[in-house]
Amino acid sequence: MSFSHALVQLFQGLLAAALAPLVMGWLNQCRAWLQNRTAPSLLQPYRVLLKLLRKEVVLAVNASWLFRLAPYVVFACMILAGSIVPLIATGLPFALAADVIALVGLFALARVFMALAAMDVGTAFGSLGSRREMLIAALAEPALLMVFFTPALISQSTALTTIVDQFSNGALQLYPSMAFAAIAFVMVLLAENARIPVDNPSTHLELTMVHEAMILEYSGRHLALMDWAHALKLTVCMAIGIALFLPWGIAHPQDWLGLPWALVALAAKLALLGAGLALLETLAAKMRIFKVPEFLGMAFMLAVLGMLVHFLVEA
Amino acid sequence: MPLLDLILAVVVFWIALGAIGAVLPLERAVHARVFFSISALGGLLLTTVALAGLGNWPQATVLGLGLPDLPFHVRVDPLSSFFLLLLGAAGTAVSVFSAEYFQRGGGGDIRLICLQYHMFLAAMTMVLVADDAYLFMVAWETMALASYFLVITDHRVAEIRRAGFIYLLVAHLGAIAILLAFGLLQIGQWDYTFEAMRNAVLSPGWAAAVFLLALFGFGAKAGFLPLHVWLPEAHPAAPSPVSALMSGVMLKTAIYGFLRVSFDLLQAQAWWWGVVALALGLATAFYGAVFAAVQTDMKRLLAYSSIENIGIVLAGAGLALVFRAYGMNLLAALALAATLLHCLNHALFKTLLFLATGAVMHATQQRSLGKLGGLIRRMPWVAGLALIGTLAIAGLPPLNGFVSEWLLFQAFLLSPGLPNSYLNMFIPIGTALLALVVALSGYVMVKFFGTVFLGLPREDTLHEAHDVGLAGRIAMGWLALWCVLIGLAPVLALRALDPVFQQLVGVGLRESLAQSSWSFLTAVAPEHASYSPVVFLLVIVAVIVLGAMALRRWFPSERRRAATWDCGFGKLDARMQDTAEGYGQPIKQIFQAFLRLERHHPSPFDTHPRYHSRIEDPVWEALYVPVARAVRRLSGIVGVVQQGRIAIYLVYSFVTLLLLLGLIL
Repeated sequence: MSFSHALVQLFQGLLAAALAPLVMGWLNQCRAWLQNRTAPSLLQPYRVLLKLLRKEVVLAVNASWLFRLAPYVVFACMILAGSIVPLIATGLPFALAADVIALVGLFALARVFMALAAMDVGTAFGSLGSRREMLIAALAEPALLMVFFTPALISQSTALTTIVDQFSNGALQLYPSMAFAAIAFVMVLLAENARIPVDNPSTHLELTMVHEAMILEYSGRHLALMDWAHALKLTVCMAIGIALFLPWGIAHPQDWLGLPWALVALAAKLALLGAGLALLETLAAKMRIFKVPEFLGMAFMLAVLGMLVHFLVEA
Repeated sequence: MPLLDLILAVVVFWIALGAIGAVLPLERAVHARVFFSISALGGLLLTTVALAGLGNWPQATVLGLGLPDLPFHVRVDPLSSFFLLLLGAAGTAVSVFSAEYFQRGGGGDIRLICLQYHMFLAAMTMVLVADDAYLFMVAWETMALASYFLVITDHRVAEIRRAGFIYLLVAHLGAIAILLAFGLLQIGQWDYTFEAMRNAVLSPGWAAAVFLLALFGFGAKAGFLPLHVWLPEAHPAAPSPVSALMSGVMLKTAIYGFLRVSFDLLQAQAWWWGVVALALGLATAFYGAVFAAVQTDMKRLLAYSSIENIGIVLAGAGLALVFRAYGMNLLAALALAATLLHCLNHALFKTLLFLATGAVMHATQQRSLGKLGGLIRRMPWVAGLALIGTLAIAGLPPLNGFVSEWLLFQAFLLSPGLPNSYLNMFIPIGTALLALVVALSGYVMVKFFGTVFLGLPREDTLHEAHDVGLAGRIAMGWLALWCVLIGLAPVLALRALDPVFQQLVGVGLRESLAQSSWSFLTAVAPEHASYSPVVFLLVIVAVIVLGAMALRRWFPSERRRAATWDCGFGKLDARMQDTAEGYGQPIKQIFQAFLRLERHHPSPFDTHPRYHSRIEDPVWEALYVPVARAVRRLSGIVGVVQQGRIAIYLVYSFVTLLLLLGLIL
């Protein structure tokens, strides 16, 4: 591990953190355009973060240390995830710290802290959000793992950096199985990041809230960290999708000239994916909570189908 | 002094301690403090000896006890050392905790508890060092009886007697199967040593019979489906330290027996054995997870969670059997690493959580999740340490539970190398089931911790709850420390366990682990997959510290305490938060097909609405009730001849004599 590697690693972590609100802003902008609304500025999420950071924190009288610790833990988990996923380059020092399974574990750690913090104050909303979130996660995790199974089978590895090298280095080869996996991944991504049709990020109606219900008691810098972490998670999930299904352009180790190009490619791919997500969210309606198992069950079946296709056609 | 002698010395020490404790008339508080504190020393010594024994060659000796022609053989090898380590580590903590727990009354006589507790510990140790079937069965039955008496400590409650009876019944069903398995293993040589059994050559049919008998027999103790029914009954009935010991350690002795028979004595002969174990393990794990999610009693919840974890362990063992049968020894070692590590992990965090429930019950006299809440503010020590246990059992990095699950996932993901295309297709589906189980266990543990320690106290009495004392803190802290250390340095743990893998499958993981530093855990090869808990912890802590400092520096905003936001509705109260019942509701809804559910929803116009819900284990109705009915009917038929009058029995004797005379003449 050289100094330059560490530098790129640090840069990538900061880049993920800096980019996340922008991705959120872009998503909101696209959605507003698609819905014939006047779009807020692309920089609006940064302004909101700044506003929240400056505000005082109002804690519930009975909030415990867990409630105050949770935003920091959640944010730190997402920063770590942003450093591990190959956003711009493979072979970075932290890339070995986690494969896709450990990344799922990392997301789970953040989620459990958020769910626990939601129960801490003892309101009806908090525990309601907490149980719904844990339910959705319990159903999304098997599907996500099956999605990872197919590329892991093809590349004989669960390390993202190896998968990326494998897919982007070799001759362009089409894997029909990966198409199934990609569709399933998008469905899981919507569920994991509390997007329509599983959750509605812009609602404050108790019957439909999941993520928002959990963070209802937060304010000031705590809320800023939670929101920032939420944006980071979306960005990281999109980056995982990019690494698995559109890995071209990610720089290789020792390839300094590749870095600017990798940045451009990342921006283009995130913009494309963000616009696609906005389109999906505009076309779909929020579903009832007990329809979510069916939705995620479909994602799971698609992922299994992809794996079987791999065994039957490609192996 | 040889290690084996030290282990036997610990056994003698415990038996002596129990015997002295049974006769010494001391005041209850003093008695508990003295005897259980001393008992912890035995556990500590056992832990040390077992750690040393892991790397050593097997030691064996013959004791001059037992029947005239049937002396006791004892032996310690890496496999038994590993389980002794588990027993020592968990037993130490439970003894220390008991020194505080049993000081206060409730339940039986402290002298009897002391005797049975130490007999239980000694018997478990003897199970692990037994080297012949005779001693094994003697120790096994002593263990079952000692734990039975501990379960019914509070025998004045009818429910507890019933729970104890179910436990005893299932334990004996299992013991019969184990006895039969050993009977088959000696194939008419009348030599009951494990050495002879290892060398005996069984035909495939008989070997399969032995395997299935062992699966049934040890499964009854471990709680494999459908023999799990005693766990959710016995665990809530027993005092918390006893539940901790039974769930944390005794279930593992059954896993030890299963591994001993299937890997060591039978040499893992057929691949379908592994498939049977794998399928049964996954089914057990899934069943346990779903039922744990809908429980409202904290000890029942933990009991079902034990069933789930035992299922994961069995699935790992099954996968190792499959790999071993196909001669893929490195992968077998990987699956075995996951299995053994999960045994150890479960012993640590489940013991920790049961001790936490003990502390909570002492402080609040409550076991129902519906009547707890908010204890993090009253019992910060218990809450903090239980949080570590909760995160560990939920399988979250960077703690130990995640390590074993990660290894197991890796072993599953490497299964496509198997030369059997059906297995190649079906094992991945098993992986998804495992993922579901792991995710559900996260759900269960958030529910457990959230309803016990977070939120508002659901009863007024909870405001007087007091934190656990020094002994309790030491006991739980010791277990939490193990959880953290194994979680952070899994490579060191696996290196220490390497002799066990070498013993059971002939290949260790040392070479594949040596490819990277101690801080990076790898599966087979670093480019295949790696995981570094140390990096996880360092980065997370660094971001938290730097983030908090940066926020304080650049955004020095105020912090204010205010009333919880109530939507302008008025006064919030503790009944508005989710109960355990409410938290489990989505699981009930989704997995309705697996539960026997009886729910009564009140009418919306009812002025005194009462919600009532009952969940039963469908296995009772499907399996046990028909069997019980058949037994009763059969005994009714046989009962016709039993008239209870001496004249009738004399007639029977007379008729029998006549018939025999007729036969001879």
